Amino acid sequence: MRNKEENLSRRRFIKKSGITVGSVLAASVIPSFNAVLFASEKPKGKGLWYGIAIDIEKCIGCGSCAKSCKIENDVPEEPFFFRSWVEQYTIKNDGSVEVVSPNGGIDGFTQTVPDDEIEKSFFVPKMCNHCYKSPCVQVCPVGATFESPDGVVLVDQTYCIGCKYCVQACPYGCRYIHPTTHVADKCTLCYHRLKKGLNPACMDNCPTTARISGDLNDPESELSKFIKTRNVYVLKPHLNTGSKLFYNALNQEVR
Amino acid sequence: MPIQLKRLLILGLVLVSIFFVLKYLLTPESFGQYGHYRGNALVENATHDAKYVGSEACVECHEDIVEEKTEGFHNTLACENCHGPGYMHVLDSENELQMPDSREFCAKCHAYNRARPANAITQIDIEDHNPEEKCIECHYPHQP
Repeated sequence: MRNKEENLSRRRFIKKSGITVGSVLAASVIPSFNAVLFASEKPKGKGLWYGIAIDIEKCIGCGSCAKSCKIENDVPEEPFFFRSWVEQYTIKNDGSVEVVSPNGGIDGFTQTVPDDEIEKSFFVPKMCNHCYKSPCVQVCPVGATFESPDGVVLVDQTYCIGCKYCVQACPYGCRYIHPTTHVADKCTLCYHRLKKGLNPACMDNCPTTARISGDLNDPESELSKFIKTRNVYVLKPHLNTGSKLFYNALNQEVR
Repeated sequence: MPIQLKRLLILGLVLVSIFFVLKYLLTPESFGQYGHYRGNALVENATHDAKYVGSEACVECHEDIVEEKTEGFHNTLACENCHGPGYMHVLDSENELQMPDSREFCAKCHAYNRARPANAITQIDIEDHNPEEKCIECHYPHQP
């Protein structure tokens, strides 16, 4: 009687250990859950993959980028819509931060705070970050906004229904509803210029070459070298948007 | 099979086939070619013409001025930065480009501002530096 019970519990023990070891082995063979991979890794692809870099140390705040962008892409002058704009950040001696962007910087900047009250001040040019985990692409209910195979976030203007969901989703404020077409509009990284072998208008018109665009997958491109040799940072990294706009010398006060 | 189940089954089949017919009719051409979007939208985004033609186009006729500029401090400046987009001018030189000559235009880059990196650009106090005169009377823009 006692022997029988012992045999039974031994059999049960071997059975349970077998199941446990088996499932652990099986689980280690199955690839990890995709969502986790998506949140942590860059997409594995080959070929052209556009990214942007902006050197804040070189920006003189002339607003040429914002102006040429408006002209090149027929962005309405009025009201206050921009695909590319410049902000002046001023950190005062008391620690408070003032941010101004009169007409997106197109007409130039006038210093708003006297010199002796300034701790530091600098310009931050802004534009679409062309994220590879774009919130704006994820929320589009009809598939009218998408990331092109070469990494540019575009809008299909004939298919967009103008629901404004993407405008709300973009954490960088890079989208607006076009007042005449009533559909979403945003920076295309001058896709029409890229496909003609030209640089985006804002990059070509920057007098101090503070802006670069190029291929992130090519380790020899000017952009890749820039990122490798400088302390670059993206805006709002905690939001995990996969931003591909890298800033050199970005201050922590910049939002 | 009971008659009521049979009828339900037929109804179900009809609804499913209506769904597929509608999906076929409502999905636009080239949707899903590369991803969850219209593949043709890529081409549509790339078709419109560029307005800024680049300094290479300027050299063809104005080689002397471009050369002059490359020797001066304004060498990194694109021609169209001051003169405006050249797509109309390239087609027909009758379409004149902009010739900005106001103090305000130069001040966009050269007026003193604490935020401008001091080593990157020459800055002046716009109120103090010959306030009544146009900048271009002393400074030749192609070789300032």
